[in-house]
Amino acid sequence: MSTSRERVLARVRAALTDVPADEPVVRPVERPYADSHGMGDALEVLEDRLRDYKALVRRVPADRLAQEVADALERRGAKAVAVPDGIDADWFARTGAERRPDSRDRPLELRELDRVDGVVTACAVAIAETGTIVLDGGPDQGRRAITLVPDYHLCVVRAEQVVDGVPEAVRQLDPAQPLTWISGPSATSDIELNRVEGVHGPRTLEVLLVDPA
Amino acid sequence: MSATFLGIPPFPEAAHEAVNDSRLRHNLRKATHTIRDKRASVVTELEDDWERLRSEGAAIKNHTLRHLDHYLEQLEASVERAGGHVHWAADAAEANAIVTRLVQATGETDVVKVKSMATQEIELNNALAEAGITAYETDLAELIVQLGDDLPSHILVPAIHLGRSQIREIFLDQMAEWGVPAPAGLTDDPRALAEAARVHLRERFLRTRTAISGANFAVADSGTLVVLESEGNGRMCLTLPETLISVVGIEKIVPTWADLEVFMQTLPRSSTGERMNPYTSTWTGVTPGDGPQEFHLVLLDNGRTDVLADTVGRQALRCIRCSACLNTCPVYERTGGHAYGSVYPGPIGAILTPQLRGMSSEVDEALPYASSLCGACYEVCPVAIDIPEVLVHLREEVAAGPGHLGEKAMMKGAEAVFGSSRALDAAQRAAGAARNLVPRHLPGMAGAWTDTRDLPDVPAESFRQWWNKHEKGQS
Ligand code: SF4
Repeated sequence: MSTSRERVLARVRAALTDVPADEPVVRPVERPYADSHGMGDALEVLEDRLRDYKALVRRVPADRLAQEVADALERRGAKAVAVPDGIDADWFARTGAERRPDSRDRPLELRELDRVDGVVTACAVAIAETGTIVLDGGPDQGRRAITLVPDYHLCVVRAEQVVDGVPEAVRQLDPAQPLTWISGPSATSDIELNRVEGVHGPRTLEVLLVDPA
Repeated sequence: MSATFLGIPPFPEAAHEAVNDSRLRHNLRKATHTIRDKRASVVTELEDDWERLRSEGAAIKNHTLRHLDHYLEQLEASVERAGGHVHWAADAAEANAIVTRLVQATGETDVVKVKSMATQEIELNNALAEAGITAYETDLAELIVQLGDDLPSHILVPAIHLGRSQIREIFLDQMAEWGVPAPAGLTDDPRALAEAARVHLRERFLRTRTAISGANFAVADSGTLVVLESEGNGRMCLTLPETLISVVGIEKIVPTWADLEVFMQTLPRSSTGERMNPYTSTWTGVTPGDGPQEFHLVLLDNGRTDVLADTVGRQALRCIRCSACLNTCPVYERTGGHAYGSVYPGPIGAILTPQLRGMSSEVDEALPYASSLCGACYEVCPVAIDIPEVLVHLREEVAAGPGHLGEKAMMKGAEAVFGSSRALDAAQRAAGAARNLVPRHLPGMAGAWTDTRDLPDVPAESFRQWWNKHEKGQS
């Protein structure tokens, strides 16, 4: 194993004899590109992009969030939902749906995840220009599996978590955490280039975009 | 699963067959044009920033390649610090042996796979099969290709050459043998087909404990691996199994986490013409209680260091596999991917494959001629790889080698694609339109050709205008 390592490294070094020995290894950070592209009000752009991906979106005032969560689960007919165990309990004050808490220490069985009617989570950051929601495995977002296996994902995005473009988001995220970037529901275009939503991940993504009260 | 590119005839012959297949041409045309148009609109949306992102992407990759030894060691240290294991493979045989051993150590005989060109390049599935391990492809198109015992024909849409009724037949005939059967009344509605695949694959995801993937990027400073995808099968494979083995070419490295700012903007837009692909997963070693608890990274050379050693050809290693060059290539549009006889089709395949494999076969010698040098591939490439420059450089090498095919090969290639009467005209005009990219006198063997046939002056119209007219004239 170590011999292959040395062999590959030796080949790499031999291939790079044209590179001056004193060429610095570190690149100065210049970032000549823009952080955002002036596409408009971040929340409006996000909403537009999410709709473009056929996600369901609602702008909701903070004081109505519990009602909106209850209504969304009701519309969906979701009776039992997986939730990360660090999620804000107040969000569920008005729903009768059963919550199945999940955590790294006490994970739900895969087959059980496959049977719940959906999952409710928060997010880490959302990118307006690309309509992307990023989950970082935090206590209110949970393990990667819970937002993957159920067919319905209800995600609560707070207005202050929304950034314009990709660079800002990347700077805010911690690479040590497992990240999932979601830009609309699962989709495929493999069959004669017809877009079909949902092959594996949740086929329905619903976003509650919370304006400050 | 026994399908292999071995035995595919050299480009001119393979292309000739493909050009005569009208269904293939129809599918290809529809697919490449659809993606091409989508790409153009989301690229335009970024205005001037696109060119800045493009040159920054090229600069990051160039810098990485020039210090690849440093970044490889840094990546190794970062991954191990995060709880992963790193293995080095000098060639395909070594990589296959490492992966086989790792799978055997888990005691499993079934593995799920995320679409990965590196594992196709080393023909991992065949190697695993020889060891009694079945590798299940989980990308919808790869599943179609695997069930149909076929070969992928496009980097991004591997089943681009198949129509929906063919896919239906493949599902009905083959799914039962591989697991959950297709439903009896399966129609050829894409929705129904996707649903059949969902049911078929879900069962497999929930019970398979070992997964194999590639990666789009490997971040040296953080040790993070990144996979971009659409369907969610990637997330399934990267999340549910207990063991994850990722086979990654040594050129996939970017130095810092912040570098992803660039590629997360350029790759999806270039690739599927979306502002962002539906899913991106990143993982750094293992996270206790979340996702695979054992992670192995296999760093693959397999000819990449030979490419690195060629100061002109080296730029091919910047490729981020977006497939934009395929979708814009007039030659690819007519021939499809199989004609290139390699995992990497289209313009990038024409320069990468012969460099990776060394130009010792007729197939590889013909590849640098599988182009009209029109320059459209360079124009769209998000890391600004000057594919025409490398093509000309490789032609020179072919010409200098013993028993070269030379002008005959080139004209055979052009003929196969453009039809004999227009061959010379098309090749010349296309080359002329790209004169910024191609020296006026082509060096080496091709130079002899230009000695007697001057490249025409640059026409007033752009290549694209010319091509559009040319297209209209014939359909
Ligand atoms: S060569 Fe450029 S355009 Fe072609 S696949 Fe690679 S990155 Fe994309």
